[in-house]
Amino acid sequence: MRRVVITGLGLVTPLGADVETAWSNLIAARSGAGTITRFDASEYKCRIACEVKPATHEYGFDPNKRVDHKVQRQVDPFIIYGIDAAGQALEDAGLTDMTEAERLRAGCSIGSGIGGLPGIASESLVLNEKGPGRVSPHFVHGRLINLISGQVSIKYGLMGPNHAVVTACSTGAHSIGDAARMIALDDADVMLAGGAEGAICPIGIAGFAQARALSTGFNDTPERASRPYDVDRDGFVMGEGAGVVVLEEYERAKARGAKIYAEVIGYGLTGDAYHVTAPHPEGSGAFRSMEMALRKSGLALEDIDYINAHGTSTPLGDELELGAVRRLFGSAIDTLSMSSTKSAIGHLLGGAGAVESIFCVLAMRDQIVPPTLNLDNPSESCLGVDLVPHKAKERKVRAVLNNSFGFGGTNASLIMKAV
Amino acid sequence: MSETGDRVKKIVIEHLGVEAEKVTEDASFIDDLGADSLDIVELVMAFEEEFGVEIPDDAAEKISTVNDAIEYIDSHKG
Repeated sequence: MRRVVITGLGLVTPLGADVETAWSNLIAARSGAGTITRFDASEYKCRIACEVKPATHEYGFDPNKRVDHKVQRQVDPFIIYGIDAAGQALEDAGLTDMTEAERLRAGCSIGSGIGGLPGIASESLVLNEKGPGRVSPHFVHGRLINLISGQVSIKYGLMGPNHAVVTACSTGAHSIGDAARMIALDDADVMLAGGAEGAICPIGIAGFAQARALSTGFNDTPERASRPYDVDRDGFVMGEGAGVVVLEEYERAKARGAKIYAEVIGYGLTGDAYHVTAPHPEGSGAFRSMEMALRKSGLALEDIDYINAHGTSTPLGDELELGAVRRLFGSAIDTLSMSSTKSAIGHLLGGAGAVESIFCVLAMRDQIVPPTLNLDNPSESCLGVDLVPHKAKERKVRAVLNNSFGFGGTNASLIMKAV
Repeated sequence: MSETGDRVKKIVIEHLGVEAEKVTEDASFIDDLGADSLDIVELVMAFEEEFGVEIPDDAAEKISTVNDAIEYIDSHKG
């Protein structure tokens, strides 16, 4: 099988709309959480989120940089974030002017967990209030999950595989894993892969709150709400944004002298077959997902220096994941660091696995691991593991593992290593 | 441009994201302003809302320039 490396990165996050800004804010232990500004949430159980900031903000997002005015009017936020992150990644890789022959072998696999929820909700109201003749002609293709891949392929002329994963909160990790296989199996030489989400809207917040998934106890102190592994955690904080990487066949990347961030060497994917929202009580799906990725990578347990955990800050999920890590790694857990960057940027749902994989890559580049914020009092079962509380930590980082788990009992694990 | 013309022009600029000076009376939505057929459907809906007129599908199909839109609106608004 052909080797696959990462040669470009793109990020739109609540802590910055480019890779270096988001990463430096993350390392500086900043939080992207705040009171919801998109709509009046004062009557909601959960009134906080990690929003992508407006262009006027110190680390805000300017959609006009890479997304046409007309497209911005027609599509939901997740597509706008996805197009921008994909553009950043292509620019970073130096692949914005590929030849036609190259573009025939370049594709997209950028998914989303939920897709165009804000637009579905608002156009439903238009239908109800004004009738079918007032529904936007752009309604359908402005909301569909595969339309990030569609828009990006049209904008950059990418004629290879055009794909979009939909696996809830493991979308981003599955997207990268699947796209890496497309290159390994010779379906393409270059793939833009990742995930995006933009579901901070009334029905999105209400729906997740009703599913008892969101933090509701920190509405007056939003920066303290996302606190994975802490005894006081009470649910996740919704984030938004996008992460996209350029995956490239190794020999091709080497031949053109590309900057190579890392190699994707392991990918595991399993199902819990247990419950639609609750994780398996023994974390068996998570365990088998990590085990499969590790086996594919050919690495020893001791080679993994950093785990970017799924760690959403829900009472059940965090400890079950940590339990699965403990069982798999045994004594090798003593030498690794494991943190949840959702403590800082919230849970980007379908974007999470991609954004967090990028953080993993940067941890290897800079030999520093990002912190778990708000970890004031770790749960008893979390003791003895380096969860990188409060502050980033400089350390040796040779290989990294990223976990993402989603509703429906879907699990994905990625292992990346410096080349 | 007439008062109708000014309002039509504003809608076209907002929806298509084109420069104001390109939106002349002779400008074709598709050939000069980069619209596609669905953009025209959307523009027609916006004209209907703005001017309180009904533009049936067969009439909408004949609207291809800015002036076509202005003429239709001026001869049908209440």
